[in-house]
Amino acid sequence: MSDKLTLPKPQGPVDGAGETLLSVEGLTKHFPIYGGFPIKRKVGAVQAVDGVDLTVGTGESVGLVGESGCGKSTTGRLITRLLEPTAGKITYAGQDITHASRRQLAPVRSEIQMIFQDPYSSLNPRQTVGTIIKSPMEVNGIKPAGGVETRVRELLELVGLNPEHYNRFPHEFSGGQRQRIGVARALALNPKLIVADEPVSALDVSIQAQVVNLLQKVQEEMGIAFLFIAHDLAIVRHFSQRLAVMYLGKVVEVGDRDSIYNRPRHPYTHALLSAVPEVALDDETEDRERIRLSGDVPSPIHPPSGCRFRTRCWKAQDKCATEEPPLVQISGSRAGHLTACHFPEDPTTESRAEDIVLDPALAALEKEAE
Amino acid sequence: MTTLTKTEGEKAPGGPEAFLSVRDLRVRFSTEDGIVKAVDGLSFDVERGKTLGIVGESGSGKSVTNLTVLGLHNPKTATVEGEIVLDGKELVTATEKEMEKLRGNKVAMIFQDPLTALSPYYTVGRQIAEPFMKHTGASKKEARARAIEMLDKVGIPQPATRFDDYPHQFSGGMRQRAMIAMALICDPDLLIADEPTTALDVTVQAQILDLLKDLQQEFGSAIIFITHDLGVISKMADDLLVMYSGRAVERGSVREVLRAPQHPYTWGLLSSMPRLGGDTAQALTPIPGTPPSLLNPPSGCPFHPRCGFTSEVSGNRCSGERPLLPAGRGAACHLDHEQKSTFFIEQIKPRLG
Amino acid sequence: MLQFLIRRLSGAVVIMFLIGAFTFFLFYTIPQDFAQLACGKNCSPENIAVIRENLGLDKPITTQFWEFMVGIVSGRDFPQGHCSAPCLGVSFDSGEFVWDSIMDRFPLTLSLTVGGLVIFLLFGLGTGLLAAWKRGTAVDKVVSGASMVLSSFQIYFLGPIVLSLLVYQTGWLENPKEASITDDPAGWFMGLLIPWIVMATIFTAQYTRMARSTMIEQLQEEHVRTARAKGMRQRYVFFRYAWRGSLIPIVTIIGMDLSALLSGAVVTEYTFDLAGIGRLAVTGSLTKDLPLTMGVMLFGAFFILILNIIVDLAYAYIDPRVRLA
Repeated sequence: MSDKLTLPKPQGPVDGAGETLLSVEGLTKHFPIYGGFPIKRKVGAVQAVDGVDLTVGTGESVGLVGESGCGKSTTGRLITRLLEPTAGKITYAGQDITHASRRQLAPVRSEIQMIFQDPYSSLNPRQTVGTIIKSPMEVNGIKPAGGVETRVRELLELVGLNPEHYNRFPHEFSGGQRQRIGVARALALNPKLIVADEPVSALDVSIQAQVVNLLQKVQEEMGIAFLFIAHDLAIVRHFSQRLAVMYLGKVVEVGDRDSIYNRPRHPYTHALLSAVPEVALDDETEDRERIRLSGDVPSPIHPPSGCRFRTRCWKAQDKCATEEPPLVQISGSRAGHLTACHFPEDPTTESRAEDIVLDPALAALEKEAE
Repeated sequence: MTTLTKTEGEKAPGGPEAFLSVRDLRVRFSTEDGIVKAVDGLSFDVERGKTLGIVGESGSGKSVTNLTVLGLHNPKTATVEGEIVLDGKELVTATEKEMEKLRGNKVAMIFQDPLTALSPYYTVGRQIAEPFMKHTGASKKEARARAIEMLDKVGIPQPATRFDDYPHQFSGGMRQRAMIAMALICDPDLLIADEPTTALDVTVQAQILDLLKDLQQEFGSAIIFITHDLGVISKMADDLLVMYSGRAVERGSVREVLRAPQHPYTWGLLSSMPRLGGDTAQALTPIPGTPPSLLNPPSGCPFHPRCGFTSEVSGNRCSGERPLLPAGRGAACHLDHEQKSTFFIEQIKPRLG
Repeated sequence: MLQFLIRRLSGAVVIMFLIGAFTFFLFYTIPQDFAQLACGKNCSPENIAVIRENLGLDKPITTQFWEFMVGIVSGRDFPQGHCSAPCLGVSFDSGEFVWDSIMDRFPLTLSLTVGGLVIFLLFGLGTGLLAAWKRGTAVDKVVSGASMVLSSFQIYFLGPIVLSLLVYQTGWLENPKEASITDDPAGWFMGLLIPWIVMATIFTAQYTRMARSTMIEQLQEEHVRTARAKGMRQRYVFFRYAWRGSLIPIVTIIGMDLSALLSGAVVTEYTFDLAGIGRLAVTGSLTKDLPLTMGVMLFGAFFILILNIIVDLAYAYIDPRVRLA
């Protein structure tokens, strides 16, 4: 199967951000599939994450985007060590934590926290808000000056909840407020890195912005680094200084915000951006390229050979099937903007002379209409 | 074909061409906690071949409204008042038998999650062919041929073989295509699409939205498109209805509502969502508070507890008096016309980046 | 499919073997001399020795177990004669072949089970569906209330009441008795009618409640709503879409009840003074009759395991998402 990506240079964080806090090399997670007869054995694997390289600088916010099945959530869980990596290396603050034991991990655990998507199932309904927020402190044996309860009240106030609600249960709060509780719990241990997995996608539009603003405040004022995992490209753009685009377990493009959104090179990034339905506030914003892929993402059990996007790509050639494109800086891209593509696109998102419509049904209907 | 001559009830836009017209619709559910006013005095029209977008958050009543149009609410817990007139026929009082003839035939529906909305126990083909046999009296063989034709039209590769597959053997995007095929098989005059792309990935969503639009051209159906996503609605709809707490708070053409919105709630929606072309230095402006309870909706304007402009209205009108939604383009808000326009241009628009 | 059957059947054999071993060795922890028991009270030491040899009790326990298990597959020779496979040994108490005793009692157990099953499936599922269809109406309330009351009854409570009413007071029916279905079909039917009615009443109530609740659950599924949105008739939606989804839990419970009944309905048999497998099982353990107990245990286990496999096959038939692997 595919080897780890050979990445010559470590991608440094963008200018302005501090030194590297977290670095991930060749991170891989294969979930085995068992079957066969008469004795069950491993017959294959879901290649959820396959050789991902990523860095997060101190205080930096990195976005991880991609569609379902691309491995972005698995990556988050690997980094927080909720899942055990199959291969690769995770370095946090210079320390290799890839396979660190529970005890070795203890000091790091408190520094890396996670916020989950579903504010309903990620909070224990039988515990009060106070218990939920203080339990990470108790588990890690942290005794804040002034007492645990005072600290919990501080945290509640910080995330915009009434400190008086210390003794209430999660079901007494709305979805947005619950997500604030999740944020307070993550902040309880003064983390340096928060992995936020789709933190706002379960919330109503009018509530999303409240939580995004809170996270932004936390990131900027407390200097906490974020790995922000989401499928909503507009929200990720708003939140992240640097982004990685994933497709079928691999990072296909990584770069700063402007490079990814305005100067994308990978055809998949182009397709993804073009697919986002944007509210047109005036006539100018309509001038975007139109790309419509065909079909859905292939199964991560049998990913395509070579470049994984080739089966849905309009530029694919023979080379794409045989040779996996390395994630490198290609000519015309800025420093730190890496793309894994043999035949990259021009760095623009403006509309093309002709739309790219790969979906056969769409193409047929549109031809008919002409 | 039909001219609508309804004069009673609240007046709403749409001329004689209105194909579906809903007047002063009220849907209440009795629950253990009390009466839920899911829809509270809603009026709108849909014209033939046009798309009406209904946008709102969870609990705004947008889905309930459309289930009621098809008579799919539970008659034991829900009480429906008002008028729903489809092509000259009153539906609120129609019998179950009359509704059965209408459903899947003249009015079809597409649901949000195609995985749960298709039965896991029967083949995709059978489920698509079923309404065709029922409504046209076609034989099994004819229905199969027609279903395969529809599968092909919505872009399912090898439709003749996939006809015999079960839903779980389809991918998410393909399942939604199959749903569309099922909805369009009897060439309906009205298609109700309830969050049809919310469960899909963004690239697949783009395919499905375009497909729906192109198919609408071909089939000439009117569409009611329900969503919480303003971006999606701006791509799909001709006219737009913004719902909040079971009521319509703003209506107009999509262009009017999205480019010159008049209701503070619409302003809030627009300024709380980031845009791809937006200014990232500009912080989002969320709507404060939480959506209202439908058990005890706020008095007066349901949005007033979350509204930042109540002080601009003299007296206690916002909390005391329910603002009416004028006929045609307009918003149900006590701010006067000039205020709506100046506040948007001076305070809201700059924030949208 | 074939792979599934081979895997499951071989698994069943292993489980049967383990159940046998467990029962056998557990029995030997009882501080009793089985030869003494078999010999009766005033027994000479010589007699005991003879019995011990005849029953094979002089051999090591493991050898005895092995011989027992081999006997099931290939038969065994006893002083009484050859016991052909499946041989479950000779009863300590009666000296008969255990397999013959079981086969002697099985027709009654089978009659009791199948007759009861037909009645309670018919009525239980029928009233359950009716209640679900008429949900919230008076019919539903009556059905739900009655089934709630009846399902909390017990056979040993309801049985005597029915007997007293139909037999002793009115004389409409005779006391339950066993008759051969081939020789005397009418007698067979009349003889078992009361046990069937009583058994079925309680099971009917349980099946009514279950059918009602799973149907109501299924009717709220989104795909059921889709079917209605297509204009399918309410009855069609009810029986095609909702009913299909209800089958899985119903089939599961039927499988469990059936295997329990086939391995002996102890309370029913005692209440109506009938001699089926259940009574055999009780006799076996009361008289510490090892071969008899082993035989009845394995016989029951066989049904449980086989019905388990059948239920799994039914799942695959009902739900195309279930794959037999």
